Amino acid sequence: MSFWSHFSYAVTIALLIAGLYVVIARGNLIKKLIGLSIFQTSVYLLYIAPGKLIGGTAPIVDGKHAVYSNPLPHVLILTAIVVGIATLALGLALVVRIREAYETIEEDEILDADRAADRDGHGA
Amino acid sequence: MRHYLVLRVIAKLVIPFMLLFALYVQFHGDFGPGGGFQAGVIAAAAMIFYAIVFGLPTARKVVPDRVAETMVALGVLVYAGVGLAGLVLGGNYLDYFVLDHDPVHGQHRGIFWVEAGVAITVSGVMLKIFYMFAGRRSSRDDE
Amino acid sequence: MIGQHLPALVVVVPLVAAPLIVLARRGAAGWAIATAASLASFAMAVALLLQVRAAGVISYAIGSWPPPWGIEYRVDAVNAFVLVLVTALAAVVAPYARRSIAAEVPADQQYLCYAMLCLVLAGLAGIAITGDAFNLFVFLEISSLATYVLIALGRDRRALLASYQYLIMGTIGATFYVIGVGLLYLMTGTLNLADLAARIGEVQGSRPVLAALAFITVGLCLKIALFPLHYWLPNAYAYAPSAFTAFLAGTATKVSIYALLRFYFSVFGEAATFGALPMREIFLVLSIAAMFLASLAAVFQDNLKHMLAYSSVGQIGYITLGISLDNQAGLTGSVVHLFNHGITKAALFLLAGALVFRLHSVRFADLAGVGRSMPLTAAGIVVGGLSLVGVPGMAGFVTKWYLVRGALDAGSWAIAFTPVVSSLIALWYVWRFVETAYFRAPSAAAAAAKEAPAILLVPALGLAFACIYFGFDTSFTVGAADAAARTLLGGAR
Repeated sequence: MSFWSHFSYAVTIALLIAGLYVVIARGNLIKKLIGLSIFQTSVYLLYIAPGKLIGGTAPIVDGKHAVYSNPLPHVLILTAIVVGIATLALGLALVVRIREAYETIEEDEILDADRAADRDGHGA
Repeated sequence: MRHYLVLRVIAKLVIPFMLLFALYVQFHGDFGPGGGFQAGVIAAAAMIFYAIVFGLPTARKVVPDRVAETMVALGVLVYAGVGLAGLVLGGNYLDYFVLDHDPVHGQHRGIFWVEAGVAITVSGVMLKIFYMFAGRRSSRDDE
Repeated sequence: MIGQHLPALVVVVPLVAAPLIVLARRGAAGWAIATAASLASFAMAVALLLQVRAAGVISYAIGSWPPPWGIEYRVDAVNAFVLVLVTALAAVVAPYARRSIAAEVPADQQYLCYAMLCLVLAGLAGIAITGDAFNLFVFLEISSLATYVLIALGRDRRALLASYQYLIMGTIGATFYVIGVGLLYLMTGTLNLADLAARIGEVQGSRPVLAALAFITVGLCLKIALFPLHYWLPNAYAYAPSAFTAFLAGTATKVSIYALLRFYFSVFGEAATFGALPMREIFLVLSIAAMFLASLAAVFQDNLKHMLAYSSVGQIGYITLGISLDNQAGLTGSVVHLFNHGITKAALFLLAGALVFRLHSVRFADLAGVGRSMPLTAAGIVVGGLSLVGVPGMAGFVTKWYLVRGALDAGSWAIAFTPVVSSLIALWYVWRFVETAYFRAPSAAAAAAKEAPAILLVPALGLAFACIYFGFDTSFTVGAADAAARTLLGGAR
């Protein structure tokens, strides 16, 4: 069992950690969303790569073949991709509104603006 | 974009094929990669392409906001309607087996209609998202 | 005929109501459809509870595909109770929302509000009722995405950042959950919860299954807002429109706790969960930290909604304390607190919404003397606060009773003291409100305010009254919680 037989898992973990790092370490709101997308992409790989069985053919029943690749992960990941797109669209819409309200999309500047507003006694 | 004659001509030639390809992907989801979501996105891409080349106001006349919003709701209702049809015809919710005279044809029919619902919703959603983002600077107070 | 399809209809009715509201396009029609859908869902959830009590576990195959190949909706003592809680709170908040939302959200967006409310209800009901691990994720995301929209509709611009932060953290949580489910699927080949429980025995103790347990725990704990993963909660609850905060505070975290309970006890099994990884210790430490630190944070807030939000984080600590005790009394306390805290917090946030409706603020500086100008509202908040503290005769006391008993059953006096001590901290922050409302000279806003309108007060005071009622008549809540705890500990699905 060499490293190359687990190559897809190694890529999954690399993308997972890269995505999470970007979400945590970057203050720009859009960069956070991009990191989130990378993180979600690693999960797609986690599901789909093991779905292909070695020697397996397309999952359409056929007398000549005995081993079929698993179609279920593809269905699950289609759903997950759509969820990811909806999340990204919603996140970007929020960023657009935040930009209009605060004139910036850097998280630390937004938090500073909120703290300043608190000191001045705003907010309900 | 209005002054780029080549772009406008090519767009007018290509957009019908994009829509046709979307329909192809929609109906061949049974036999190859495809289905409702992919088809909806391609159809929306064709409309967005039109909006980019010919301008947002022109695109809004072709597919108004109202229509896009109605498509979003309508597709969900089609999908739920198929489920309720299965209920009414004697099976459980989303039962395709009872939708036609025999189970296999029932599955065909059920899958056809739910994918149609998905395509309608997805193309409506993608187009609406584009309208909302692209229309932001000029009309901040609408929608 | 409807009777046999209730498991599907309790999710489908709100799900269909949402696009109907979008087509109706008017706020008033949207409100009417949303209220009708919530009431219908509540009626169906009650009917389901009665069916489960009579007949035992109900299994419903979506699409008539037999489980484990198809998606199965499975109702037993645990999730019937959670369903009743979620739909009841929706049915109470929907009529309240009419005037509250009219005051807090722009007119052309109101119908979208109600559509999102229906989607949240459908998503939460789906999480509660489904018997399929991936279907749970789908409903989790449906409810979460609609929640992000609802929070972002708040008037204050900080609602936008609150919604964004909740989006980031919530999506990370849901994705962690999916990773866990993926690992389980790779090891067992099935997604059906009952089938997973049956097949997991063969691969118990292997590293992927332990990793799956860890991922699912972290993912769901992000949604539960267990300390220290609670960062999104205070801002999200404080800046969302009041009616929606009330609904979310009562349901969203509770349903995620139910999902955690389902995975721990029904899928992985008690022995594996608490034996292989030190879950008992981890939950114990985090629960006590939540109970003390979050309650302390609540004391020092200058805004009623923030105070109630931090109080929620602390109260969630009680529920997870019960889980860490892992015995009949402890789990009964946990499950009954899902209900008790749900109605208490919903009542408190609905009353805070009444304050916002009249005073346009919930800062303590503006609330001074409100006990005189809005006596019913202030009294309701005091009742809710006493329930949070756990005064005997209130719903909160029932929970503390069972938690203390559970701690004593587990043999630890020290743990038995912790709910009592943190109740004193709760008393401190409730006293802050009492002192501000009754013992200070009225602020300008408070002096000019009238009592809140009946349509806002009736649901809110109804829930506050329920806090007292369920403190005295515990037959329904404790009976259901006891049955639920027995089902969970029995391990049978």
